[in-house]
Amino acid sequence: MSTSLVARNVGVTRGSVRLLDDVNISVQSGEFVAVLGPNGAGKSTLLGALAGDFPLTNGAVAIDGHDIATLAPRDLARLRAVLPQQIVISFPFTVREVVAMGRNPWRDDNDNERIEAAMRRLNVDALQSRTYQTLSVGEQARVSMARVLAQDTPILLLDEPTAVLDIGQQERFLAVARSLVDEGRGVIAVLHDLNVAMRFATRVVVLHEGRCVASGEPREVLTPALLSNVYHQKIRVDSTSDGRPVILPDHRE
Amino acid sequence: MTEARRTSLAAVGIFLAVLLVLTMLVSLASGAFRIPLGELLRIIGDGPSRGDSDVVAHNVFWQVRLPRVVLALVVGSSLAVAGVIMQGIFRNPLAEPATVGVSAGAAVGAVIAIIVGFNQFPLGVQLAAFIGGTLSTALVYVLSRSDGKTEVVTLILTGIAINAFAGAVIGFAVFVADDDEIRSVTFWSLGTLGLATWKAVGAVAPLAVIGVLISAKFSRVLDTLALGDRSAAHLGVRVEPVRLQAIAVVGLLASSAVAATGMIAFVGLLVPHIMRIVLGPRHRHLLWTAALLGASVTLLADLAARTLLSPAELPLGVVTALIGAPFFLLLLRSTRRSQGGWA
Repeated sequence: MSTSLVARNVGVTRGSVRLLDDVNISVQSGEFVAVLGPNGAGKSTLLGALAGDFPLTNGAVAIDGHDIATLAPRDLARLRAVLPQQIVISFPFTVREVVAMGRNPWRDDNDNERIEAAMRRLNVDALQSRTYQTLSVGEQARVSMARVLAQDTPILLLDEPTAVLDIGQQERFLAVARSLVDEGRGVIAVLHDLNVAMRFATRVVVLHEGRCVASGEPREVLTPALLSNVYHQKIRVDSTSDGRPVILPDHRE
Repeated sequence: MTEARRTSLAAVGIFLAVLLVLTMLVSLASGAFRIPLGELLRIIGDGPSRGDSDVVAHNVFWQVRLPRVVLALVVGSSLAVAGVIMQGIFRNPLAEPATVGVSAGAAVGAVIAIIVGFNQFPLGVQLAAFIGGTLSTALVYVLSRSDGKTEVVTLILTGIAINAFAGAVIGFAVFVADDDEIRSVTFWSLGTLGLATWKAVGAVAPLAVIGVLISAKFSRVLDTLALGDRSAAHLGVRVEPVRLQAIAVVGLLASSAVAATGMIAFVGLLVPHIMRIVLGPRHRHLLWTAALLGASVTLLADLAARTLLSPAELPLGVVTALIGAPFFLLLLRSTRRSQGGWA
């Protein structure tokens, strides 16, 4: 069954500051949508808006046609899961207990199976008896992702999921994300690494000063002209020897 | 690899149950009038109607010891459960009814009632304590939260302010009170089980039972809240309504406990913390084990209060604070070492 999240004309104003202005974004089953843009462009605010964290000033977010503002919290939690940037857990819960929290909206016969599967998939099953606080940042990120996976939702919203991972962890993490997409889930991820977006995203959305300045297929959207303009830095797009595009800062005179 | 050390739940449950039964027996037997164990068991066996047991022992047991022991159980478990819930909803092991000022608020209510002569009405002081505790709970909640988050420093500072205010009101009360009133006021501010009667037990026990039973409903939510308000909401928790309900339960438990016995410091802080070290932080187990340990700890503290300087009786709050304050400092130190303190 296919699920879609559609956000139309999303505007968010805090005080007199317009954080998001008329942003349209959507994701379907089988899509990996990357949200890109410089710091302060409104990426995390957009993710919060899609998650239903706060009321919107304008526009609406709907999952399968249901406005998320009117969905019961538990029903919404069965449709979309959110991975925040960093999670501080206040008491010494074990990894398994943390992952089990992902089952909160369900609490059914599948709980144990889903928890086990999520831990195996993120390769944290060997850590399951350790307390979350004793883990490295990279391990904590994987545990949090396992918790998100245990929630077993068709839509996943990930805020900079790879920010604290080294290159090996990042590749393994993205392989998991891609397999989720392949099995029919929809992922929207805020990303900083443009090359990661180029390789993994089925679509990219570029934010700049709270507005969506481009969206579409990565190779078409991520052009030197657009990137140089958005990041205030001359950027070029090269090719590797096997013909894959690589985005680099351009220091040639 | 640092595996989390957890003791088996069954072992802990059995230990706590045995500890509670033993402390109850010792408490029932000891005091100014000692009841030998054989006599004690005979009295218990006879029930309320006296068989061939000693008349004095029988009366001491039924009219003095048993209501006192039952009240200690009720109050101890109420304070411990209130501490567990409060630490859970504020996501902080320092929060408890006494440190954040809920107990002091209740004591102020009681003291004001004594001074204005409300103590002529049956349970008038208890009612005032209940109102005072509930009001200060609401105050703590409103003052220490901004933008949907609880600021820990603000929480503790709010507690300091309420405690200071309470101290001033109690000091003023002592200043204007006559001798009888001073005794009552001292009782509220230092806590004692010395005035335990079946009437007091009857007033508090239903509230405590209701509060503890409702608290079981929060166990899963309290676990989820450890992830922070935002992630809890993503998992389908209605964070604000749940928090308000939980605060109301804390107000109910702490206020009714203080209403019956005055301020008893540190039980609500120390007990949940010990159980968390032993069993881990899952609230489902934490709540009922803390209730059991809270009862035992309060009984033991009361036993110390009435036997250490016998026949004189120390205020119970003095004993719990003497033991609790150093523990609190150790807690601060160890947390500082393991987490760099609470920012």
